[in-house]
Amino acid sequence: MRVNFVLSEVATGLRRNLTMTVAMILTTAISLGLMGTGLLIAGMISDMKEIYYDKVQVSIFLAEDVTEEQRAGIESRLESSPEVKSYIYESKDEAFERFQQQFSQQPELVENTPPDALPESFRVELVNPERYEVIKAEFPAGADGVDQVRDEGDFLDRLFSLLNGARNATIAVAVVQALAALLLISNTIQLAAFNRRNETNIMRLVGASRWYTQLPFILEAAVAGLIGALLAVGGLVLTKVLFVDRTLAGPIKAGIIPPVDWSAIALIAPVIAAAGVGLAGIAAYVTLRLYVRL
Amino acid sequence: MIELQHVTKLYPASSRPALDDVSTEIDKGEFVFLIGSSGSGKSTFLRLLLKEDTPTSGTISVNGKTLNTMSKWQVPKLRRTMGCVFQDFRLLRDRTVAQNVAFALEVINKPARTIKRVVPEVLEMVGLEGKAQRLPGELSGGEQQRVAIARAFVNRPLVLLADEPTGNLDPETSEGIMLLLERINRTGTTVIMATHDYHIVDSMRRRVIELNGGVLTRDQSRGVYGVGR
Repeated sequence: MRVNFVLSEVATGLRRNLTMTVAMILTTAISLGLMGTGLLIAGMISDMKEIYYDKVQVSIFLAEDVTEEQRAGIESRLESSPEVKSYIYESKDEAFERFQQQFSQQPELVENTPPDALPESFRVELVNPERYEVIKAEFPAGADGVDQVRDEGDFLDRLFSLLNGARNATIAVAVVQALAALLLISNTIQLAAFNRRNETNIMRLVGASRWYTQLPFILEAAVAGLIGALLAVGGLVLTKVLFVDRTLAGPIKAGIIPPVDWSAIALIAPVIAAAGVGLAGIAAYVTLRLYVRL
Repeated sequence: MIELQHVTKLYPASSRPALDDVSTEIDKGEFVFLIGSSGSGKSTFLRLLLKEDTPTSGTISVNGKTLNTMSKWQVPKLRRTMGCVFQDFRLLRDRTVAQNVAFALEVINKPARTIKRVVPEVLEMVGLEGKAQRLPGELSGGEQQRVAIARAFVNRPLVLLADEPTGNLDPETSEGIMLLLERINRTGTTVIMATHDYHIVDSMRRRVIELNGGVLTRDQSRGVYGVGR
């Protein structure tokens, strides 16, 4: 294979079709960027699940007027319950401390909340998180110093379904964009093949192999796909530096939102690059097979 | 070397066959004129030999290989044994004469060393030794056709197919092109030339195959263009 020949064909092709090439690169970049974002959100969701689900599944909030005895009674029942894997006690002070940390970005809210406004509670991890109803029945609300029993899993489920929705929406938009990108690639390749029909006709007549004739076009698409992928990775890096690390610094520090690590981006980058190069190359190949006589 | 047996070619758009039960044989080293009016099937004849198209029925073999059963990936190999020249030259306008000729070798993966050696050789043979660095647009029609012939011949094909190679040229220039084709023929290359030009056919007295509405109506060695002309 005469590498120089093929590469110069690729460069000429990209240059001749500059506007289409730019359009192809940009749509590919947006699509891949959204795909990367979707993957990052997915990673974040699973990190968050680890943070939250592991810690707490059921909270037993104690009544204002709970007695020492009642508290000890609840504790010993938790201790002996086969449903309970572990539990921690959170006093009013601790609850307030956690509250302060969680809402450090909203100082007015913290200021307007008196330190004793938050109830003390037992945070319980169940052997089987699905068995929440059993615990709820065991500690009826309003009796024996129990104010209410709340399934944190239920709240988390709602939170995560929201995050999952965000992820799915991002990926859906990415897929639509990818479709647009594929059609653009297909169009660009048809145009490129038309522009170079003299060359390819001669190649066909003098007996150049199909592969040799097609390769410049496929590489052209693949190069555009690669540039698009690089732009997409650049976009992810910028999003991390300018948005995630700045705007979300508070909640990240407080441990509410897991940080977006460089390692996560480094893991996603090759996936994006492979997707960009692969999809563009395949789209070009299919286009040549279907529409272009080489 | 080239054999057609009862070859018929029907195009979907037309009810009349482009070629109708054509059988003939062409030996290695022959010089054959393919004549007939426009639409008589000359171009279809050449296209079928190149396997640009497949016959509707009948068999074609070139160099001992049956084209009908040839798989797609073998076609480039077949075409490497054939050179093509056209009325409209089909040169790449943005490449020099030497680059145009070299292109035919580059795309079939010939080593750069070989290309460097054979391109000047073939340019000298067609009489363009001083013009290797010119662009096609700077050359006369006759010179451009010489470039096209050089490109067709540079890989030393067994067969040279020429589709009205003198169609755009004045008689004097045409004569030069014919001398060149004869010279190529003398190296052992089979030449099949489709043409309208009866002066050329009459003066060369080579084998003539005449097609008329897709039917082979005459096959005559040392023939002239029109009987009784």
